[in-house]
Amino acid sequence: MEHYLNLAIKSIFIDNMALTFFLGMCSFLACSKKVTTAIGLGAAVVFVQTVTVPMNNLMFNYLLSDGALAWISPELAEYDLSFLGFLCYIGTIAAMVQIVEMALDRYAPALYAALGVFLPLIAVNCAILGGSLLMVERDYTLAESVVFGFGSGAGWALAIIALASIRERMRYSNVPHGLRGLGMTFILTGLMAIGFMAFGGIQL
Amino acid sequence: MSSTAKTTLIDPLFESNPIALQVLGICSALAVTTKLETAFVMCLAVTSVLALSNLSISVLRNFIPGSIRIIVQLTIIASLVIVTDQILKAYLFEISKQLSVFVGLIITNCIIMGRAEAFAMQNGPILSFVDGIGNGLGYSVVLMAVAFVRELLSQGKLFGATVLVTVNDGGWYVPNGLLGISAGAFFLIGLFIWALRTWKPDQVEEEG
Repeated sequence: MEHYLNLAIKSIFIDNMALTFFLGMCSFLACSKKVTTAIGLGAAVVFVQTVTVPMNNLMFNYLLSDGALAWISPELAEYDLSFLGFLCYIGTIAAMVQIVEMALDRYAPALYAALGVFLPLIAVNCAILGGSLLMVERDYTLAESVVFGFGSGAGWALAIIALASIRERMRYSNVPHGLRGLGMTFILTGLMAIGFMAFGGIQL
Repeated sequence: MSSTAKTTLIDPLFESNPIALQVLGICSALAVTTKLETAFVMCLAVTSVLALSNLSISVLRNFIPGSIRIIVQLTIIASLVIVTDQILKAYLFEISKQLSVFVGLIITNCIIMGRAEAFAMQNGPILSFVDGIGNGLGYSVVLMAVAFVRELLSQGKLFGATVLVTVNDGGWYVPNGLLGISAGAFFLIGLFIWALRTWKPDQVEEEG
């Protein structure tokens, strides 16, 4: 249990997707003008990430990795399909986003309306694909990948909500002309990255 | 070279830089820039994938149905990235280790999708190919500039060769650790955008 808790803390704070790995930067910068949109997008990322990382974990372990096809029949054991990884992960992600969208539309219309246009955008958010690739690189088990998926999504959501709140306050500040907008956002993100470094080394 | 082709090639360098103005492809721009060597390989990989994906999508543009174009584009891009990844693994194994997941992330690099959507779907193959090279170069300019400053000031090296002898090796230069970590990359890109927008004031956004 402690192991999983540690993994969750590590993926939320220490290895923060946005601030340490620079993943999902495009939507991180583009959708952080308002806190409400940031919360919607953050929630959608947590949700999709928690579903797709374990899905891709199953896919890697039972279809793609070296000898993974042995469970179908022994003569398939010699195949190593891991080079097809990228294509399969992005396919899974696109399909999962579509399914999540339809399911939410049917069973939770309020949440669906709140997330709106952000759900389809998530398919090309590199935090999602990055999560799956890191999961494969680090050899997580299925349970670990559920925790990692949730943690990395939550960390990303935390970062974008924090940035959006700061940017709302920035409107009252007198920023140098050329630095307005994108330039200032980068410098803010840099300061946040330094702030998050304070979490480094925390362990239970 | 005709004038349209020339502007298509030159414009993305500073006029409509993919990173500084279009806000595309920032994720990888930050992560691989601790060293010039990795940044250079990444630039090559992105530029070639971008040019080839623009070319192939433009060739196929009249046969791709509008409703499934995203998935078709993703498939083309993913296949090109797989080829690039395999080539890197075969010939530059050490660097491909250091680039780790970021080669795979070229698939979701928004420059590639963005140019495919915005340019290759409307223009002919040759012009699209040139546009791919141009945008790849625009991306490379920023990446190499950031990597140059980061490697020089955080380790005193350029392309792995010592330029400033650091204190640890008995020299005089005290390395700046801030530029080695992620925060330094954010600051540098912020300052780069500031410099570019001071030079070309029409790129400044109005604060909403």
